[in-house]
Amino acid sequence: MTETTEPHTLAEPHTLAEPHTLAEPHTLAEHHTQSFPQAARGALADTQLRRNLGHATHTIRAKRAAAVAEMGDWEELREAGRAIKERTLRHLDQYLVALELSVTRAGGTVHWARDGEECNRIVADLVAAHGVDQVVKAKSLTTEETRLNDALAARGIQALETDLAQLIIQLAEEEPSHILVPAIHKNRAEIRELFLRTLPEAPADLSDDPHALAEVARRHLRERFLSARVGISGANFAVAETGTIAVVESEGNARMCTTLPEVLITVMGIEKVIPTWQDLEVYLQVLPRSSTAERMNPYTSLWTGVRPGDGPQEFHLVLIDNGRTSVLADEIGRQALACIRCSACLNVCPVYERTGGHAYGSTYPGPIGAILTPMLVGVKNAPSLPYASSLCGACYEVCPVKINIPEVLVHLRGQVVSGQDSVKPEAVVMNLAARMFGSRLLYEFAQRLGRLAQRPFARGGLIRLRLPGPLSGWTDARDLPALPPESFREWWRGRDRE
Amino acid sequence: MSDAREAILDRIASALSEVPGDERAIDIPVARDYQRQGKLSRAKVLELFAERVSDYEASVHRVSRSKLSAAVADACQSLGLKSLALPLEVPSGWRPSNVQIIEDHAREPSALSARELDAIDGVLTGCAAGIASTGTLVLDGQGVCGRRLLTLVPDNHICVIQTTQVVETVPEALARVAGSVQDQMAPITLISGPSASSDIELSRVEGVHGPRNLIVLLVG
Repeated sequence: MTETTEPHTLAEPHTLAEPHTLAEPHTLAEHHTQSFPQAARGALADTQLRRNLGHATHTIRAKRAAAVAEMGDWEELREAGRAIKERTLRHLDQYLVALELSVTRAGGTVHWARDGEECNRIVADLVAAHGVDQVVKAKSLTTEETRLNDALAARGIQALETDLAQLIIQLAEEEPSHILVPAIHKNRAEIRELFLRTLPEAPADLSDDPHALAEVARRHLRERFLSARVGISGANFAVAETGTIAVVESEGNARMCTTLPEVLITVMGIEKVIPTWQDLEVYLQVLPRSSTAERMNPYTSLWTGVRPGDGPQEFHLVLIDNGRTSVLADEIGRQALACIRCSACLNVCPVYERTGGHAYGSTYPGPIGAILTPMLVGVKNAPSLPYASSLCGACYEVCPVKINIPEVLVHLRGQVVSGQDSVKPEAVVMNLAARMFGSRLLYEFAQRLGRLAQRPFARGGLIRLRLPGPLSGWTDARDLPALPPESFREWWRGRDRE
Repeated sequence: MSDAREAILDRIASALSEVPGDERAIDIPVARDYQRQGKLSRAKVLELFAERVSDYEASVHRVSRSKLSAAVADACQSLGLKSLALPLEVPSGWRPSNVQIIEDHAREPSALSARELDAIDGVLTGCAAGIASTGTLVLDGQGVCGRRLLTLVPDNHICVIQTTQVVETVPEALARVAGSVQDQMAPITLISGPSASSDIELSRVEGVHGPRNLIVLLVG
């Protein structure tokens, strides 16, 4: 495994860093108090974190490439995946109403929630109505987003995370750092230590073999699954035509949560609806290969309402907006709602690989988070995230539904800048620069002036100087090349004279 | 609650104000140029199915119809099973003689509970389809497939699949069960290997909450 020892080349934002201010509770970026570059600085200084992330992202990258190379029709699948989402999003209201109808027809109950707070209240009321104080929960990013567990705890209900990584995060009292493997920032030794400290089921001689660690989680959760009366899950897809909900997973914990309890509550963002049963054939092919790099994930559950004698006899589907309609209103940014949460863009991103997910301060880290979060919470509340990218385009290349992340990043950077005060030093400098570049005489004059000014600092083609004040943002992370002794135009003119 | 519904639908309508009023969803083209139908010969499809199921640490055995019950008995022995749950509909020709058989009577008061299943060593079921390209079993919760919890709670799963049930592609398999989803709201479970996790350092390990062992018997 290659270790990442080269210096990072992180794009600094062109804004002066502003701390995120949050308008209301229950928003995505609740645990975010720092800008991306500030948070990234701490992450980059943590060598253990960088080693864990480098190992995991490089492992999965190679595997994903192999799983995708096996498919002769990958590009056609990606295009179909993109087009189905475009069709759905442009007619989202129609498909949501159709989904509501088909779920209801199949014996389920549909609830609508404008924001996280409303969603949490609906779920807590349903749980409380059944008189239980513990629920089992399959991994769900949407309920991370609404901070559902905290809201349930406030009502005296304990939500037990059952996905292995999510359990690790819950036991460690940390925040997830990856959308697929939330504990990616922890290595096996750290997880072993955590289990020994927190789980009575962990034997004293527990090894750090992932098999042994998974076995401890199995023993810890088994009895809780068997006695659970209410289960909570997210949804990967919901088929408007049939009312079928799809959950893809590996461990079987989501099957437990969606099969064993008497009552199942599923929370899904309104963008997860797809039109037809047939459309599943596209996403069930592209999702596993893009996320865990498997031909197919171990378990996919597709249930339709309530089935007498099999599984929960009461099913609630909570459809939540929580900022999604704001994303939908942005014609360029809208494509971010096509995301199927595979995490391929995180795993290939040179920035994510070095900073990890916590630096993004959001449920959705990495390239997709850098575009989705600012649109969900408002660009002014997360102005540094559109700059948390080098615009290399690797994310767009791997995206199984062809979300053009660099395009949206640039679009959002435009919004950040246009929302700023025009007398900021950066704007003044940029205006002067524009004038200089617009005139040959001014440009050549500036070149001559620059050569004179750099003379005390230029050595071997580089300027050996840390620029002062706000300009240090440039030289902290980059070499500043010196101006050459002669410009091309000067050389050309001199050649004529010879 | 209905306030929220109207509010969200209104927000969507105003977010989509640039979409022409006469545009229909089907006006947005979706090209299905990817592979939908299989191209391989039957023999190759079965070979691929066996190969891809085994890639996920499940074992696959080709057996003739007349030897099926003996093959199930061998599977039980290799896994060290003493008790075996199965859906009532499993025919006698599948049932082994070397273990205690516990029938599940779905939709009856005597149907097995999760706790009862937890005390049973393994389960024997059939399936609705198999997908060669991904090494996947498709169960539809009906007949020999059994209720969903049957193939979830016990530690060992022995699954019988007929060669005629194996298709090459994912679209072919989903098309096979579309009718039972539409008409009977059948719950579909896709199973690819034993339960697994990639949560620690993104490396796959087998055996978490679902069955630890999966044996597939390919009949015909």
